[in-house]
Amino acid sequence: MTADGSSRSPTARTRYRRFGLAAGGRRLPRVLHPVAWWIWALALGVAASRTTNPLLLLLILAVLCLVVAVRRGDAPWARGYRFYLVMALTVIVIRVVFRIVFESGVTPGDHILFSLPRIPTPSWYAGIQIGGPVSLEAVLSAALDGARLACLLCCIGAANTLANPKRALRVLPGALYELGVAVTVALSVAPQLVESTQRVRRARRLRGGDRRRLHALRAVAIPVLHDALERSLLLAAAMDSRGYGRTGTATRASRRLTAVLLLAGMAGLCVGAYGLLDAGMPGALSASGFAAGSAACVAGLALGGRRVSRTHYRPDPWRWPEWVVTACGLVSAVGLCVTVGYNPAVLNPSLYPLHWPSLPLIPAVAILAAALAALVAPPPPAPVPADRSVPEPQPVLRDLAGAPR
Amino acid sequence: MIHFDRAGITYDGSDSPVLRNLSFLIEEGELCLVIGHTGSGKSTLLGAVNGLVPHFTGGTLTGRVVVDGRDTAQYKPRELADVVGVVGQDPLAGFVTDTVEEELAYTMEQLAIAPAAMRARLEETLDLLGIADLRNRALRTLSGGQQQRVAIGAALTAHPRILVLDEPTSALDPTSAEDVLAAITRLVHDLGVTVVLAEHRLERVIPYADRVIYLAGDGTVAEGAPADILVRAEVRPPVVELGKLAGWEPLPLSVRDARRAASALREQLPGAPPLPCRPALTDPAGAPVMTASGIVVRYGPLVAVRAVSLTLRGGECTALMGRNGSGKSSLLWALQGTGSRVSGTVSVGTAATDPARLSPARARRLVGLVPQTPADLVYLDTVEAELAQADREVSSGPPAEPARDILDRIAPGVPADAHPRDLSAGQQLALVLAIQLTAAPAAILLDEPTRGLDYQAKASLIRILDQLAARGHAVVVATHDVEFVTRACDRVVVMAEGEIVTDGPTATVLTASPTFAPQIAKILAPLPYLTESQVAAGLDRVVTS
Repeated sequence: MTADGSSRSPTARTRYRRFGLAAGGRRLPRVLHPVAWWIWALALGVAASRTTNPLLLLLILAVLCLVVAVRRGDAPWARGYRFYLVMALTVIVIRVVFRIVFESGVTPGDHILFSLPRIPTPSWYAGIQIGGPVSLEAVLSAALDGARLACLLCCIGAANTLANPKRALRVLPGALYELGVAVTVALSVAPQLVESTQRVRRARRLRGGDRRRLHALRAVAIPVLHDALERSLLLAAAMDSRGYGRTGTATRASRRLTAVLLLAGMAGLCVGAYGLLDAGMPGALSASGFAAGSAACVAGLALGGRRVSRTHYRPDPWRWPEWVVTACGLVSAVGLCVTVGYNPAVLNPSLYPLHWPSLPLIPAVAILAAALAALVAPPPPAPVPADRSVPEPQPVLRDLAGAPR
Repeated sequence: MIHFDRAGITYDGSDSPVLRNLSFLIEEGELCLVIGHTGSGKSTLLGAVNGLVPHFTGGTLTGRVVVDGRDTAQYKPRELADVVGVVGQDPLAGFVTDTVEEELAYTMEQLAIAPAAMRARLEETLDLLGIADLRNRALRTLSGGQQQRVAIGAALTAHPRILVLDEPTSALDPTSAEDVLAAITRLVHDLGVTVVLAEHRLERVIPYADRVIYLAGDGTVAEGAPADILVRAEVRPPVVELGKLAGWEPLPLSVRDARRAASALREQLPGAPPLPCRPALTDPAGAPVMTASGIVVRYGPLVAVRAVSLTLRGGECTALMGRNGSGKSSLLWALQGTGSRVSGTVSVGTAATDPARLSPARARRLVGLVPQTPADLVYLDTVEAELAQADREVSSGPPAEPARDILDRIAPGVPADAHPRDLSAGQQLALVLAIQLTAAPAAILLDEPTRGLDYQAKASLIRILDQLAARGHAVVVATHDVEFVTRACDRVVVMAEGEIVTDGPTATVLTASPTFAPQIAKILAPLPYLTESQVAAGLDRVVTS
């Protein structure tokens, strides 16, 4: 899409304008706060995890695709949604194939599609049968199960596509800043490793290349590891010289208190979570565990963050679109979690007997509410124009110069 | 501003100090150049300025180093980040974030500068270094010169009063290097930043320096005005060599000063140099060792090499020049046969074999290539093991000459039990070259071997290349270093945008273009002198006649 949508027909363009979808609309293009996108996507994920109704799952997928298509930027991480879709499809296929190969019992009324030859398994492997009759019901239930998982994957993918994952880490509270930096650095190491592996493997052929596998592995691994180690030392030195980890005025006592508060908070949260899962525990205990744990964690983070003196360059603002996008996502999650006003059974339609699933109104509306995010979120900034003043190829390409095809 | 008071540095596990008893004072607003051979302790000295040595590297610091009133023994590098900005050799290795803007803001974020001030400073810095149009670009997609300017900008946004740069231009082509140096001198002149700079290629920076610190290599140091130090130092740019030869006083440091002093010399010298800039080829009409025609290399939409034809003769050393990204590496890799080649033919030797059609083991017996990072080829623990492995790798049987003998011939004195990665850049290069020569290839290609070499190492590389040419190898060297080419190569091929722009004898090509000319040619133009030995011979002729 060009900046003003000029490649589209005039009617399409005016329609885009009216909804503020085109970057040239009245609203200023900007990046929505990454946390808003993450909450929205995770809430949709919660909604997806509640249902195996294929119609609802398709609806969630449609909402995800719509929002991603309209509101993603032009950054490298924003171009990967197709990859998540392929991965989702793979998940479904694997699930179905496993169900077909490992037969899991057939009830008398099942519709048998076909039958695979049964492979005898040793006695210690009893309980798992390979081959046998394959029923439509089994395949369908595997596919729906897979579809739910695929939908969850797509939700994570949407969050990654819509928000810069590294920018999301920047909102971590000050006390967890070091953790965020560690993750950021780890993320940037992966492409570097790939690059130096390619370089070394290519160089390896200049020496003729020993055909023995172990030897060849060593010849590639050692220079790559040396490289990685050297780079990490350089990076550490650079970060140190640039002021990373200027601790400020934290006293030993306050550091200890922070650690104790955080540990206690975690323990409280664990008790709370256990209570939620174990029906035998009184509800009050789990609730109080949750409350005390969260309070201790917040206090610990606040205390730990107080000693960190650091500012953020151009912090992402949190304005009404962020609130609305978050709310849209939460509505869909609540709509599918709180089964009020409809029969909970429609969320997980039974396959016995086989029937066409119905589309329950309230959950459908709740999911469609999440699609509002496409309208509410501001348009993403126009893509960065390619640098025209420098005709030089990019160094990445230069590094790969001569790479064997 | 920076005060070294009887400072000495000894690394852990080493008996003798790297630097001993250093005492000097660098004033505010000076551009101080640190020179010396590889391994003489330049990086250690620079690291000591912001406390990376010894806080980060380990080791013992004796005496005192005081920076802007803060003793580095008490202040860690991070606590000096608001006073000292550091720029390393490889900017990419020091980047913490992904985009130009975030990288520039990083230090300010650590120093907790108010967001409004941060924004303003960032805009100023973008303009100061001329990188405003790059602000949203990903760091990895920038060219080397752009990356280095971003790294300088990232150090500058914290408004440090001192900037420490460790060989900032060693990986850059001449034009990018000029950009970076211009940016540095602007900082010194406009902002009064104190700059401490280490650099191998003195000819580019010496005119800008206010003070030179010369590390002799034995831990001692000489410090003073550039002209005084350079007369005594072992590392000297050609302009200083010429000045000493001609007996100019005061010693000129820039081409401009030298040219003004040289008018008498130009009249005195014979119109044609009595010597060629290099001894003539043993066999000027040597048989072609390699013939390439119509080579095309492309990566997707990018055409790296565009229908290049090239003939290489035995005994001839060819320089392959051109800016970064002009297709030099791609051409070398395509000639060797390992790199991709969309179309074109390469034929090597009398049998006219195409190395790309052979197995890697057989291709390297025709054409040997030393890549840009020679260390990629070594993976064993000792030099000895590496050389033995090289002998085994010659698949045709025992090598004509064992790798150990080759190494001793081209670079005597590389210790057998040393770890290949602990060798100096020059020794590492010699080791990899020896490994590649074990296969006795007819043609030897070297991709930017001069990167990070000091004057001494370059001189020994020239000796090595002469030896190879004398034995009938066809040698190609991709390089940016004009002074090196003048002394090492018989022929120069200049590439731009994947095409060959110029191809001819060194003397003709280098004197024809003002940007590619070596310093002595610039000083003595229109006389076609390229080296100080030519000038010396010319002066001898004047004296004897």
